[in-house]
Amino acid sequence: MSERQIMLYLHVHQPYRVSPYSAFDIGMRHDYFIDNEQVSNEAVFRKVAEKSYLPTNRMLLKLLHTQPKFALSLSITGTFLDQCERWGPDVLRSFQELVATGRVEIVAETYYHSLAFFYSRFEFEKQVLMHREKIQQLFGVTPRVFRNTELAYNNDLAEWADSAGYVGAIAEGWDEVLGWRSPNYVYTAPGVKRLKLLLKNYRLSDDIAFRFSNQHWAEWPLTSEKYIGWLDAIDANESLINLCMDYETFGEHQWEAHGIFDFMNAWIPKWLERDGNSFVTATGAVTGHEPADEVSFERTVTWADTERDLSAWLGNSMQQEALRHLYDLEDDILHTHDSNLMHDWRMLQTSDHAYYMCTKWFRDGDVHAYFSPYNSPYDAFIYFMNAVRDLRLRLIQHAIGEENG
Amino acid sequence: MKILMLGWELPPYNSGGLGVACYHLAKALADHGADIQFVLPSTAEHDEVDFMRVLKPQSTMRTTTQTTYRVNPNPYTGNLTAIRELQSEYEDYIETVIALERPDVVHAHDWLTLRAGMRAKAVSGVPLIAHVHATEFDRAGGNYGDPLIHEIEEHGLLMADHIVAVSNTTKKVIVERYNIPADKIEVIHNSAELLESHATDISAYRYIEQLKQEDYTVVATIGRLTRQKGLTHFLRAAAQAHSRYSRFLFVIAGSGEQRDELIELSADLGIADAVIFTGFVRGQALRDVYNLADIFVMSSVSEPFGLTALEAAQHRTALSITNQSGVREVLNGTLTYDYWDERRLADQLVALALSASLRSELAHDAGLEVLQMSWKKVAAQFVDRYQVLRSATA
Repeated sequence: MSERQIMLYLHVHQPYRVSPYSAFDIGMRHDYFIDNEQVSNEAVFRKVAEKSYLPTNRMLLKLLHTQPKFALSLSITGTFLDQCERWGPDVLRSFQELVATGRVEIVAETYYHSLAFFYSRFEFEKQVLMHREKIQQLFGVTPRVFRNTELAYNNDLAEWADSAGYVGAIAEGWDEVLGWRSPNYVYTAPGVKRLKLLLKNYRLSDDIAFRFSNQHWAEWPLTSEKYIGWLDAIDANESLINLCMDYETFGEHQWEAHGIFDFMNAWIPKWLERDGNSFVTATGAVTGHEPADEVSFERTVTWADTERDLSAWLGNSMQQEALRHLYDLEDDILHTHDSNLMHDWRMLQTSDHAYYMCTKWFRDGDVHAYFSPYNSPYDAFIYFMNAVRDLRLRLIQHAIGEENG
Repeated sequence: MKILMLGWELPPYNSGGLGVACYHLAKALADHGADIQFVLPSTAEHDEVDFMRVLKPQSTMRTTTQTTYRVNPNPYTGNLTAIRELQSEYEDYIETVIALERPDVVHAHDWLTLRAGMRAKAVSGVPLIAHVHATEFDRAGGNYGDPLIHEIEEHGLLMADHIVAVSNTTKKVIVERYNIPADKIEVIHNSAELLESHATDISAYRYIEQLKQEDYTVVATIGRLTRQKGLTHFLRAAAQAHSRYSRFLFVIAGSGEQRDELIELSADLGIADAVIFTGFVRGQALRDVYNLADIFVMSSVSEPFGLTALEAAQHRTALSITNQSGVREVLNGTLTYDYWDERRLADQLVALALSASLRSELAHDAGLEVLQMSWKKVAAQFVDRYQVLRSATA
């Protein structure tokens, strides 16, 4: 009987959205992320908690209790954990209960869900360290596998993760990079000593994450028999299937009323009935499989959109300008050693801010694919730039204070 | 002298300079003793206006509540069907007003009220003055504009007993584009009312103030963000100037349909951080823009007058304005350029940034010129004209 493993990996994140922050607010107030009528981070958090986090964690915990061969991995951002501590101790407890089973691994990433890797290695490493400490503090575990924001991955990232001591990294199993190769193996990367690569099987992942309740999809409705049939149809030699998706798939992107929880509760136990089938954590997948080949990612690949690149975050000049000016402040901000300034600067690095400035959907005509709390990408840009200007003003005032002090 | 004045907006419920000009003109006329009935299409309350009677069609009151006003369609950006509907209501109302009280002269501001003006003249025989603040050719910013509006303008200008244009620039457009005889058109330039500056040291723009202390030069422009204002040229010139001298801050105050395009362009040009979009400003926030500006640019492709340039001059700001702006006719202490000549504007901006003496000389000269102007003088010209018209029909 051949062995087959599924590595289920879910990404948990909420940003701190910038509230409408006008030119007149610069220098007057510094609470860029405060909730108001238009933008309420707390309201979003609680809504998603009720629809997704709490019921999904109940489902996962039950599966862990009833299915000894079930396991999964989570990446949980620092900004999400901060919000848990403020607005959702119940949510935090439910994640802690999962991790306490010993079969739920937490994956490393940047604290602020940022694109710092592409702007400042120094800052990037700091954020990874902050995240590691937060995970240790709240969950008592230390991540061993790395995922970058939006699975943005390239050879440089592989080398960095390898030298930082990670045993694995998660990336998109994108055809343009893989060519004839299958994502259902473990791979290695150019120039690394021991890092192994886990590649997302995007077809089987997106069947659940994106297509599950799409009635125009030829395969709708997706039943557990059908899904298990697709898993079984994979060549027996391909022994590892990486299902990677946003955690909010469950209950938020795909609604409970459309049967997403029933579907998960059905196919997982059923698939596990067969001898040789099991779920595995990211570290388990890395250590339990030998690399089949080396895969080189010359350019950055993400798990987003049909382009699988960073164009939703850095595709237009507003986004490029916004991040350029934000990261230009790095030296000055860090030199202040002012924890409030550093915190606000890092909160503005959360990639969602740039995402809200995306204008790609003007061409795609797919407005709904891009959720944003603002009236337009231009408003997102204005509020963000005004916040950056306020940061700059605070830097100047800080310097004046130093001189006088 | 009884004047039936047909307007579309008054501050603070205005979307542009038209409302401001109407308000000050009417006030100055009232000071001259004119008895003015001022008709508006909106339901906005103007309790602070005590120098004339503000009339509003009753039917438009239907949606009025204590706290919310029906917003009348923006004459610049509103949809034409909605504007036309409101106009026809307005025209019916004029007939009622005339029946109750016969004026000596009907004074209609712009195409928005021209049809109502023609109606008033037709039913009463009272002479009609068409006061042209802008033509559709100006608003279209180099494009042709809306043919229906052209038709209303052409018809109204033909029917009017007398036309007042706010500048020679505008008179020329009326003569050349509508074939109206030049001798029927009189040019009466607008004036500027000294903006009251409340003594306060708290500016709405802390960030800009701080950068000024760091020796930044603040370049401001105020107006609707629309093609007519030539702001894409302004931004390209700003980028050129910025590449030669980095301590520039550009402030674009106003709102309009071109806003998103301008934001994107500023990012494309790599100067997004140096360009601040404030949105629509009034009151202290507006005065602060003028106070903080070292240089004020009027970049209009076609500007019948350009009240903001006078306001900037009052605030002792150095001005750079296009040759296509009517205000150029009354202000000599300015730098001028053609709206498309981005390089020239960039040169002017850099020269002004580098020379405090050039800035202060220009600011001083234009400031003196604007002091000579007053709405009182403007009103006197109108009163003369009203008397001529009245005696001609008497």
